[in-house]
Amino acid sequence: MTAPEHHGPSIGVYVGIFAVLLIGTGATVAAAYVDLGLFNNVVMLGIAVTKATLVVLYFMHVRYGPRLVWVLSAGGFAWLAILIGFTLADYLTRGPVL
Amino acid sequence: MPSVSDAHPLAHQFDEVEQQRRAVTLGMWAFLVNEVMFFGGLFLTYTIYRVLYPGPFHDGSHHLDPTLGTVNTVVLIASSLTMALAVWSAERGKRRPLVGFLLATLALGMVFVGIKAVEYHEKWVDHLVPGPYFVWHGPDGSHVQLFYSLYFAMTGFHALHMLIGFGLLTWLIVDALRGRFGPTYWAPVETVGLYWHFVDIVWIFLFPLLYLIGRH
Repeated sequence: MTAPEHHGPSIGVYVGIFAVLLIGTGATVAAAYVDLGLFNNVVMLGIAVTKATLVVLYFMHVRYGPRLVWVLSAGGFAWLAILIGFTLADYLTRGPVL
Repeated sequence: MPSVSDAHPLAHQFDEVEQQRRAVTLGMWAFLVNEVMFFGGLFLTYTIYRVLYPGPFHDGSHHLDPTLGTVNTVVLIASSLTMALAVWSAERGKRRPLVGFLLATLALGMVFVGIKAVEYHEKWVDHLVPGPYFVWHGPDGSHVQLFYSLYFAMTGFHALHMLIGFGLLTWLIVDALRGRFGPTYWAPVETVGLYWHFVDIVWIFLFPLLYLIGRH
């Protein structure tokens, strides 16, 4: 009899990811109180994207799942990036609006 | 037709349990991509109006409580951990830890919504709920009201997803107590887990975008 094959990471990995997510939350709050100019947004969103990626890959098992789930999940977020990216390419290049 | 509650938890259209499990996961992801687009529309609306009216968004954000927002972020991340551990337990047929982790997830979710309710109440008392009773003693109140409309729409739909999650978790807890989940059948725990983590991701973006604008 072979050992059953499991589909996700070990408890240690889950706890490790949880710790990284907590550190990311702390870094987000800390960064908000430092004046970085426009980079405040870049830092906060960069941390948020990193946290979300960790949740998708480990908590949601995409890293351990079949390629098809990889394509479907990445495709969803890629289209969202196109939606927001192209809209910003418009609004940020209009000059004074009103 | 065999149903999942029978001794062989395999629907007739599948050849094996693993194939069925993968199909369920793929279907859930198709739904979650829909959800990405649903919240994506709200995030896009937020982005456009914040680009157009940075000042009022800055002022509006300063009337949110970053401490409560931070605590809620930690609570929700902790609930994602307990949910992940519930899926871990279900797959290995550990019934008692499964029930415990599901109850912990539900409890943490309720703490989150409870704190959210306290925040909503404060906004109500401070006349910051958009509508005829909205009062703003500063410049450009109409665009501050726009910020609060987005605040309530985005956190409201997020909270609605949490409430639906409470129902799903309750259903899982009942079935877990009946011993329905084990190494050959834990798809409901897995899919509700995916849903719960997705709702967590939405909050990961809502928190800095709503609570932490221009705090320095």
